[in-house]
Amino acid sequence: MKKGQRSVRDLKIGEKGTICCLTDPEMSLKLLEMGCIPGTEVKLNSKAPLGCPVTIIVNDYTLSLRLDEAATIVLK
Amino acid sequence: MAGVIDTAEAAEVKKVVDNSISKIALIGNPNCGKSSLFNQLTGLNQKVGNFPGVTVDKKTGISQLTPQHKAQVIDLPGTYSLYPKSLDEKVIIDLLYNKKSDLYPDVLIITVDASNLKRNLLLFTQLADLEIPAVLGLNMMDVAETHGVKINLKQLQEDLGVPVIPLNARNGIGVAALKIVTSQPLDKPERKFFQIPEELMVLVRQIRYYFELKNDYLALQYAHQYKKLSFLSEADKDYIADLLQKYQFKSNALQASETIERYTVINELLLDSVQVTRAESNEKFSNKLDQVLTHKVWGYLIFFTVLFMLFQAIFAWAQYPMDLIDQGIANLNSWIQGRFDGPLVNLLTEGVLAGLGGVFMFIPQIAILFAFIAILEETGYMARVTFMMDKIMRKFGLNGKSIVPLISGVACAVPAVMAARNIDNWKDRMITIFVTPLMSCSARIPVYTVLIALVVPEKYYFGFLNLQGIILMGLYLFGFIAAVGSAWAMKKILKARERSYFIMEFPVYKMPRWKNVGITIVEKVKAFVFEAGKVIIAISVILWVLASYGPGNNLERVEQKVRQEAVIKNLSEAETNNLVASQKLEASYAGIFGRAIEPAIRPLGFDWKIGIALLTSFAAREVFVGTISTIYSVGEEENIGTIKEKLMAEKDEFGQPFFTPARAFSLLIYYVLAMQCMSTLAVVYRETRSWKWPVMQLFYMSGLAYLCSYIVFQVFK
Repeated sequence: MKKGQRSVRDLKIGEKGTICCLTDPEMSLKLLEMGCIPGTEVKLNSKAPLGCPVTIIVNDYTLSLRLDEAATIVLK
Repeated sequence: MAGVIDTAEAAEVKKVVDNSISKIALIGNPNCGKSSLFNQLTGLNQKVGNFPGVTVDKKTGISQLTPQHKAQVIDLPGTYSLYPKSLDEKVIIDLLYNKKSDLYPDVLIITVDASNLKRNLLLFTQLADLEIPAVLGLNMMDVAETHGVKINLKQLQEDLGVPVIPLNARNGIGVAALKIVTSQPLDKPERKFFQIPEELMVLVRQIRYYFELKNDYLALQYAHQYKKLSFLSEADKDYIADLLQKYQFKSNALQASETIERYTVINELLLDSVQVTRAESNEKFSNKLDQVLTHKVWGYLIFFTVLFMLFQAIFAWAQYPMDLIDQGIANLNSWIQGRFDGPLVNLLTEGVLAGLGGVFMFIPQIAILFAFIAILEETGYMARVTFMMDKIMRKFGLNGKSIVPLISGVACAVPAVMAARNIDNWKDRMITIFVTPLMSCSARIPVYTVLIALVVPEKYYFGFLNLQGIILMGLYLFGFIAAVGSAWAMKKILKARERSYFIMEFPVYKMPRWKNVGITIVEKVKAFVFEAGKVIIAISVILWVLASYGPGNNLERVEQKVRQEAVIKNLSEAETNNLVASQKLEASYAGIFGRAIEPAIRPLGFDWKIGIALLTSFAAREVFVGTISTIYSVGEEENIGTIKEKLMAEKDEFGQPFFTPARAFSLLIYYVLAMQCMSTLAVVYRETRSWKWPVMQLFYMSGLAYLCSYIVFQVFK
């Protein structure tokens, strides 16, 4: 990831972003299948009480994932 | 070549219609209501078996499609695509890519969640490209409507090229129509959704003709997944591997670009047939509820209240039906013994029926625990539990979902181990199953109480802190620490078979479907009684034989001798009987076993009498108390006071009290840690489908127990 690029990990609760690309080749397939396609809008919906995992809204449904997984979804 | 295959296929289709028992596979995303549909199609006509090599249950059932047409339905594990991420999902490709499989379906019922069509159709488009005849069950139409999703069914059916049946599997709407359509001879899907890149065609065609496959996409799947297909021989796999190397096949990148391309097609297709007018009331409601239920204070407070209720339920409520079962078996036994006599009658009553009672005894706990778990799963609360607990549990190699088995383990490890089924990740599930029996279960309580009463004085601190109570709590805590510590160690040792993901759908809250809850309970009880039950009865018969028979006619001789002595000593009838029972146990195979292991357990402070109790309490830990009373001829009445007096009177070879604090604590620690429970072993066997895990557990836990008891005895003696 280049410097200055943000990922889903950096979003604040309620903030939206558009997916640019996925950095982890193995995990990216799973994320793609779940609808995290480049160009799609994501919103950080909530965080667990201990800050991890988080939930995001993508394609009108809620997905939960860990922070290190969220970090592989890079935003435009 | 293609012509030949087509005719063969046509003949097959004809055969299916004539035979009128066709094979249907149910497939779809997780949480799309597939299980509800399976329950609607088959009712209680279900059978649970297993797929080789994985822990996922193979659920099949018979469905009467029309009065003339029956079908065998198989429920496949939920998956998001044909590229499996977990071992359980692998079952699907093993079955669908192997035409020779017994379960190869004639028809697929692809279930999709209408409120989330886009993601659900990904799997559909892959399945359609495999050209297996299929029907699309458009489920959760009601949810879609409340979400403001309007679907033009005619257009969708035209675009997808397969029959589309709107469903509401929760209350059975549309199921009749689905049955009728499925009973008709169906063509293979008309449309293709993915164009295999031109540069791959040479490779794909080679694989296709080598394996005589009926279409290109299946051949491409072989190229991607040959390593995971268990029906391919090593030579076949080598053949594919060589080809892939030759053509520099980049599996990961190709899978990703395929997925993106499929989504593009789906997006275009849905523009025609689906309109969304936003109405997110349901999600808003879920979000509001989540603000409380996953709150950093309220969330945990509510969760622990739920856990506490669950614990109470399996601990206290289950007691009534358990007592009834216990009483029932005891009455039946005395009824039989009162009417018949002979060694076979004893085998039946004290061996088989007692074992059967031991199996039935678990039914109330299993039923109650799974009622709770099914409701937590159905409502969507379980996803929140995982969400809240994941970070803490992950540190110890466990999973957010491990908390339910661990807490249930405080009541009984048997249903708790079964509850670990809900953990998707193989490694996390195995670790949870492995450490759960270290949690102090209710069967340990009688052992704890007797031994604590024996050596810990009834002292109070600050007027209310009872020393005995503190020690009891310490034992529970020690078990918990042992469980968590072992989990942490296993996390380091055990190699993951699959990568651990947390990426999962976060469902909206729903009302539970009671029919599903009911079916879950029946299924779990059946699985336990028929699979773990066999092992439990077998072991309890063996233990009974060991405790009631001895070599030659030893036992009769002992009885005669004791009765003669009793007459001389002028003992009462009850005293004589107690003495006979005690001496007979000593002369039995169990007694011989106790003496045989004495050298091994002497460093722990145990003698052969405790050795016997260790063996017999393998049936269930609380049997320890019964055996001890028999050995010390306390009689049938297991009054703690009487047992305590007898044990205190016991002297060692130097005339000192035998049960010193060092001995008692060594024994206590042994019972905290040791795998002294055949029912747990049986259920671990059933859940992991192999003897490897229960045997490892037996050695690990007993070894740990031996070591800790040794240290305790040697330090404090």
